Parts: sequence; structure tokens; C-alpha cells
Amino acid sequence: MQIKIGLAQIYPKLADVNANLTKHLDYIQRAKADGVELLVFPELSMTGYQVQDLVPEVAIRAHADDPIFAQLLSASIGIDVVVGFVQRDLRNRFFIASAYLSNGECVHIHRKIYLPTYAMFDEARYFDMGEHVRAFDTRFGRVGMLICEDFWHMSPPYLLWMDGADMLILQSSSPSRGLDGGDALSVARWVELVNQAYGSIFTNHVVHCNRVGYEDGKNFWGGSSVVSPDGEFLTKGHYFDEMLITQMVDLNQTHRVRSRLPLLRDERPELLQRELARILRRDGQ
Amino acid sequence: MPDILHRLNINTTIAEKILTGFIADQIQKVGAKGAVLGLSGGIDSALSAYLSAKALGAENILAVRMPYKTSSQASLTDADLVIEALGIRHITVPITDMADALIRQFPDMNNLRKGNIMARARMIVLYDQSAAHGLLPMGTSNKTEFLLGYSTLYGDSGVAMHPIADLYKYQVRQLARAMQIPQPIIEKAPSADLWEGQTDEGELGFTYNDVDQVLYLLVDARYTVDEAVDEGFERAFVEKVWKRVKANHYKRTMPNVAKVSLRSIGHDFLYLRDWVG
Repeated sequence: MQIKIGLAQIYPKLADVNANLTKHLDYIQRAKADGVELLVFPELSMTGYQVQDLVPEVAIRAHADDPIFAQLLSASIGIDVVVGFVQRDLRNRFFIASAYLSNGECVHIHRKIYLPTYAMFDEARYFDMGEHVRAFDTRFGRVGMLICEDFWHMSPPYLLWMDGADMLILQSSSPSRGLDGGDALSVARWVELVNQAYGSIFTNHVVHCNRVGYEDGKNFWGGSSVVSPDGEFLTKGHYFDEMLITQMVDLNQTHRVRSRLPLLRDERPELLQRELARILRRDGQ
Repeated sequence: MPDILHRLNINTTIAEKILTGFIADQIQKVGAKGAVLGLSGGIDSALSAYLSAKALGAENILAVRMPYKTSSQASLTDADLVIEALGIRHITVPITDMADALIRQFPDMNNLRKGNIMARARMIVLYDQSAAHGLLPMGTSNKTEFLLGYSTLYGDSGVAMHPIADLYKYQVRQLARAMQIPQPIIEKAPSADLWEGQTDEGELGFTYNDVDQVLYLLVDARYTVDEAVDEGFERAFVEKVWKRVKANHYKRTMPNVAKVSLRSIGHDFLYLRDWVG
């Protein structure tokens, strides 16, 4: 099965949900015209990253009766779309969330589970933590979504793999840092290494969309990519530039690689569970 | 002295991309028509001018030469090299009368006070040009002088943005070479040119290359003072540098606000500066 994947490497406008909605609808339209079947936006694509005290103003409910969310749902007819937004729950808690929308329906919502609070990051000050890592079924097979810091830890992608995900969809707002003599920023090299490792170790496709643009002095490095189950880059967007990246992806490559390299077949999660239980018991004493 | 300068090497293509993008983004967000900057003839303001011209177009940059009566002719000539190479708009506003109006009231004023007055007079000129032409005052400070506090509060630090303040002097030179800034500007001894014969390194008591390496270890690589000494740097030097960084932190932060309310500026009223953008 061949699908055309799009990565909307955008520069969201800080805290301007209406402007960002317009941009989303524009990218969705362009991607559709280009035959894209799955379009992925970056983390917090509807709001920008450092919304700080603006969180309550930019938060939306992931429901068809929310005027903003309703327009995103409508736009997902004929093209599957993954968007990033601030989700408000019924009890006024806020989450960094991503929604997989298809055919006018919300198929799945992932809430960011790891909220970094080191170095320049302060997410847990504003947001509540997600509690679930779940794969879900789409018309392109079973998929798992993670948001930025979620995939700096290796357990969430592993759990998704065990839950049946054959494709990882990763969103981020990754600030540029680590300018040295290398060909790319050290942060970009790190993320690319990890994405290639996930593709290789899980024999999965890894689809990553990272934003661009500036917020105060910080900027975001883009470089959105698709990695094959062989661990190779099928495409990589420009660093720093706003752009729509498209790539034909042959989903059948997954079974071909797994015939050669049966890491999934040979994986022993029960052993992991047993040993982890022992380790956690010991640490608890 | 050990040599870890290679650890400070930067990819100048990436640096130029990020910094020119930053300048263009800031100007666009505040709705300014361009940038105004003081051109001293030194490498920092030259690099800031090159980045600004590349980001905004030469016609949207106003370079201001602001000599005091003791400023060297060589500085004015070097500033001209930049103006000619870039084709940017320029004016000359001498600050002698402004500064001397205060200086002559205190006959025993030392060079430090005079230097601060000159730096602040230049800030007044730049903000006036900013208001006159709708241009944003561009900072020209680098990371080394920011960390050492080798600057005048509300003088050269009184600007609207800092394009090169995360580059050490060693890295400023790398980027300046890559952007083909005129050689005499790159090669001459850095000087604030506040009085005749002044050089930065003479006044600081160490070279930029030496202090950049120590600062890199302490700030970027998070070495302790002891670990920096283990790398081979003299303890007295490392301690002096770190003490200076600490003593001048007030120049890098906004003044403290005494908190009494439930929500206070500077404490828990948290919005980006780009909020308006």
C-alpha cells in the first residue's frame, strides 16, 4: 500500500488561534490538491509553543460543538490530518494534545505525557500530564502518536510498538540549540539519530513534523522527516524554513523488512514485564 | 594555557541563517521599518550591520556614527568601510556636546564615569533616531562582554534586540570572516574607544581567546571552577572570571520588583515579549 504523506512544517502565530486555523485550512487545501492522504502538523500547531499565561485563552475542547475544532473536523474529509492544540477538559485542566482527524471524525487524541521542566522548558507549570500511551487504527493501519519530549524517552515508542503501531507519528516544537562546528545543530543531530534508531529498532515508519519560526529569541529548526523501517531517511525538510513536505511511502516495506529482521516477532515483552516488576519492587523497598 | 578553542567553532552558515531570520522576525513582529545601529568601526557593530543588511536589505538600515572628541580617526574610517561595503544609509551625530555638558560639571570625573556617559549619550541618539524614522535599535553586544559585564547599563546594553549576544568574541570573529567583513576590522585590537589608546584586552587584563574558553566551560559546558582548573586553566584566572560573571548579573536581568499583589510583573505575570507580534 502506497500513501502520500505530507508534513506541514509551519510557523504558527503565537496565541492567535484564528490565524493558525486559517493557515491549517490553507495547508490542508494545498496538500489535498497535491494528493496527500495524511497531513501532519507540528506540536501546538494551533497555538504556538510558549503560550504561558495565555493557556486558558487558546485552549479548545476537542468536540464537534467547538467552533474551531469543528472546522478542523470538516477539513479532514478526504484527507487525514494530525493537528497540535491546547486541550481544555471539562474540569478546566489543560493538556498539550494532538488529534488524529479522519473523514470528519476525531479518531484519537494523544495528550503529552512527558512535560519537560529543565533548561529553557517549563511545560508542567502550565499543563497537566497525559496518562495514556495508546495505538489506534486508521485507514493506513495501526498508528501511534507522541509529542516531542514523549519520544526523548524510549518507553512510549516501545509501548506503542507493543500496542500494534506500525507507524509512529511524532510532533514537536523543538527549539534550536547546540550550534557547533557540525553540519546541523546538535539538537537536530540527536533527534535524527533517535528517529533513525526507532525506525531501525521497531522496523516501523517514523513520521516526524517539527515547527519553524521564532518565539522571543528562540527559534525552531524544522527538518521534518520520514524514516523507513530500514532506518533510512525517505525525506527530510529544510532546516528553519516554512514548507510543505510530501513523500510517497510504501507501507509494504514494513513486512519486507520484518521478514529479513524479525525483531518484532522475537521481542519478549513478558520478560520485560517480569524483570521490570522485580526492579520496581526492589526500588520500592 | 590549554587550547580548547576548537570546541567553540561554529557552523557559520547555520549561524547566519538563524541570526538573519531572528532580525527579520523581530522587525516584522513590532511593525518597524528597519533597524538603526551605532557603528563604531569595531567588529561587533560591523557584524551586526552585515547581519541586519542581509536580513532587511541595505535600504532599511540606518548606521549612526557617534564620535566623541577623543574617538580615534581610525574608528570613523573603519566604520566607513562597512557603510561603503553594504551601501547602508548613514549619518554622523557627534556626542561631544551632549556628553561634555555633564562631564564639565564634575572636573574630577574619572574615565569610567566619562565612558558610561558617552555610552548612554549614544543610546539617547539611537532611540531618538528610532522614534524619528520608525527603526528598531539594534544591539551589538556579544556573549563575552555580556557575561563579563563589560558594558554600560542603559548604554550599549540599551537596545531592542540582541542578534549576536549568544556568540563569544571568538565566534563573532569566525562569523565576521565568513561574512567577509573588511579585514582591518577583524584584525585590529578590540577597543571601546572611550579614551585614547584604550583596548579591551588591556583593560580586562586577559585576552578574549583565553576568557572565551573559560566562559565556554563554565557557562555552556557547565564545568565547575575545579573542573575548569583540571582542564589546565589557572585557578586565579578561572575564579576571577566566574566572580566577574556573578558580580555583573544585575546587568543581564530586569530590576527586581517588590511583590505584594497576587499577580506581579516580573514574578508571575508571564507572557513572551513576542506576545504583541
